Amino acid sequence: MLYVVIAYLWLSLLLYLLFGGADFGAGILELFTTKKNRVRTRKTTYRAIGPIWEANHMWLIIAIVIMFVGFPDIYTVMSLYLHIPLVIMLLGIIARGTAFSFRHYDAIRDDMQTVYNRIFTWSSFITPLFLGIIAASTVSSAIDTHAHGFLDAYIFSWLRVFNITVGLFTISICAFLAAVFLIGEADNDKDRTRFISKAKSSNMFAVISGAMVFLSARYEHIPLAVWIFGNAVSLCAIIAALASLILFWYLLSKGKTKVLRILAGFQITMILLAVTYPHFPKIILLKNGGYLSLTDESGEQKAIESLAIALLVGSIFILPALFYLIYSFKKPSEEQSL
Amino acid sequence: MDNFMAARSQMALSLAFHIIFSCIGMVMPFFMAVSHYLWIKTDNLIYKNITRAWSKGVAIFFATGAVSGTVLSFELGLLWPEFMKHAGPIFGMPFSLEGTAFFIEAIALGFFLYGWGRFNKWFHWITGLIVGISGLVSGILVVAANSWMNSPSGFDYVNGKYINIDPIKAMFNKAWFSQALHMCIAAFAATGFAVAGVHALMILRKRNVSFHYRAFKIAALFAIVAAILQPLSGDISAKNVARLQPPKLAAMEAVYKTEKGVPLLIGGIPNDSTQEVKYAIRLPNLLSFLAYDNFNAEIKGLDQVPATDRPPVAVTHYSFQVMVALGMFMLLIAILYLIILIKKKSWQNKRWLLKLFAIATPMGFMAVEAGWTVTETGRQPWIIYGIMRTKDAVTPMPGIIYSFYIFTAVYISLSLIVIFMLYRQIKMVPVLYDVTNDKNMH
Repeated sequence: MLYVVIAYLWLSLLLYLLFGGADFGAGILELFTTKKNRVRTRKTTYRAIGPIWEANHMWLIIAIVIMFVGFPDIYTVMSLYLHIPLVIMLLGIIARGTAFSFRHYDAIRDDMQTVYNRIFTWSSFITPLFLGIIAASTVSSAIDTHAHGFLDAYIFSWLRVFNITVGLFTISICAFLAAVFLIGEADNDKDRTRFISKAKSSNMFAVISGAMVFLSARYEHIPLAVWIFGNAVSLCAIIAALASLILFWYLLSKGKTKVLRILAGFQITMILLAVTYPHFPKIILLKNGGYLSLTDESGEQKAIESLAIALLVGSIFILPALFYLIYSFKKPSEEQSL
Repeated sequence: MDNFMAARSQMALSLAFHIIFSCIGMVMPFFMAVSHYLWIKTDNLIYKNITRAWSKGVAIFFATGAVSGTVLSFELGLLWPEFMKHAGPIFGMPFSLEGTAFFIEAIALGFFLYGWGRFNKWFHWITGLIVGISGLVSGILVVAANSWMNSPSGFDYVNGKYINIDPIKAMFNKAWFSQALHMCIAAFAATGFAVAGVHALMILRKRNVSFHYRAFKIAALFAIVAAILQPLSGDISAKNVARLQPPKLAAMEAVYKTEKGVPLLIGGIPNDSTQEVKYAIRLPNLLSFLAYDNFNAEIKGLDQVPATDRPPVAVTHYSFQVMVALGMFMLLIAILYLIILIKKKSWQNKRWLLKLFAIATPMGFMAVEAGWTVTETGRQPWIIYGIMRTKDAVTPMPGIIYSFYIFTAVYISLSLIVIFMLYRQIKMVPVLYDVTNDKNMH
């Protein structure tokens, strides 16, 4: 049962990265779009993600509930030592979620739109930056459970070059996912070409920031290269990601939008697999060389069991409904929605 | 303000904010389902427009409620790590189920908001109803988690360790039913009065009367049914508190000394040092009766608990008084409106009646906040009643005060923006939803 819970945790993180990530990415792209094209990007984004907008962010809630029910000690250590980046991420989530619906549901379109847009785009940038920083903090061996000073305990646990580069890499992944997704949503050639070039540039930015992640890991003596190239699973995952990347570039101008989406999703899945596998079941590496592991720190048997059952039963309800939602809104509509 | 008070204030603020948005998000879909149903049945476009106008409100409130709820699921750990470390696995069951319910709600909302003209009418109607039902289930589950803090069960506490965890037993603790019932009815009453009040105000200002009148009537019907049922659920709640948390009941009614045949106090200023209540109206033996169905029953006073285990009396007492007073006022309006609907139909459009509803607009939510204060403050100094003290659960990280300031600023700005947006929604009703203007109909 423990492994069911762990699988759900990994899957909800993956789905949050893919769907939530594409949502964040849409805002990031808007931030880096020239003024005259912004309105078009916004429209396409809205049409594409409007209906599944709220659902995309539920994966984070599922992940956090799994953490505090199944692995309370790990949840507690993270809440304590990563308090500040978590709060910043939460503020980003508040700002983004509300700005997105406000800008759409405000009955009067005036200067307030500029305010909503600015909040939306900037929080779309900051939230994944901090998500990346938080993720990096779990493996950068900087969390010091015996620290005394405020800075050592609550600041240097996350504020490091490595973590920031991972944050930038996360941003690039989000932007990439969004661009690839929007290629298929564009309703004219001009927009499509624009999103293709966005996909190219965000992909290049991902490669560059990925290289920066490796460099900063070297600088901070984090054996990232050993983790990723030192075991067969991660190595295969990275090779698969690279192969699909090459195929992706080859197909990019050929208009096969569905294949492109699958390839992009596949790449991200492989990257997540490659970076999480070498540590498993460790989830937090501590400064003193210790670690917190999913298999050691899990809550009581009974709590894990009922959590697993709740998740399994939940998926029976959620997944078919979610697929039907996504499927339904791929069909052309007769009446403009609200 | 020390770190501990800052953490408590931030938690209180986040809950006070979230509770309003989640109540509206879970109740309004039922109002929409009614007007939506009336539109499908009668083909009267006004009902379609009411549904659409309300659904915009729901979208705004749902989005805000969803993000503030996400924040809360993190804040539990950010502010109370020691609590979550032990409580997480025990009271996690309702949260795991709530994840599903909330997810379903978000999916159904996607179908509903974006589904106009895309689906079979009845399928579309049902998705709207599912938004309401799953929202209500979420609400019940979250309250069940809170009730576990009031009435911890499903584990054994031995030598500082939490063993023999049974999450199902923890979820169905002794307080869950009465608390969930009271909260759900409160949500209906509060949202009903708030929505009815706003529409009543618009009728008084003679704006789009036919639109606002129909909307008013739907909301008012929900409101009065809830307001009439609420004292009954309040009675169940009070009896439950008397049994499970005697110090909370003692603080609610400022009972300092254990006695038989205790009077019910209305108002009054409690004084902890003299252990007396001044200027209160006393209804003889009534508290004993309400708590135990016996006019001479003994009520355990605060003298039964050590000074360090007593909840703050003044705040709990005042909040309780405010809640009851507002509840009684809403009950009176409800009975009056019920009589009018049955016996005096001609009074339905009287200005004084609409004014009464307009005045009551914020009352339901004020009562919700007051009641929530009673249940949370009345549990102090415990975070898990009788097991863990709130001050032992707080994060050791200093400087929470700054995070409290930031969240205060954010929540105040959000509230202002939401009010501003509602104001604009209502202002645009003539343009967007007036039946005579039918370019928006198709």
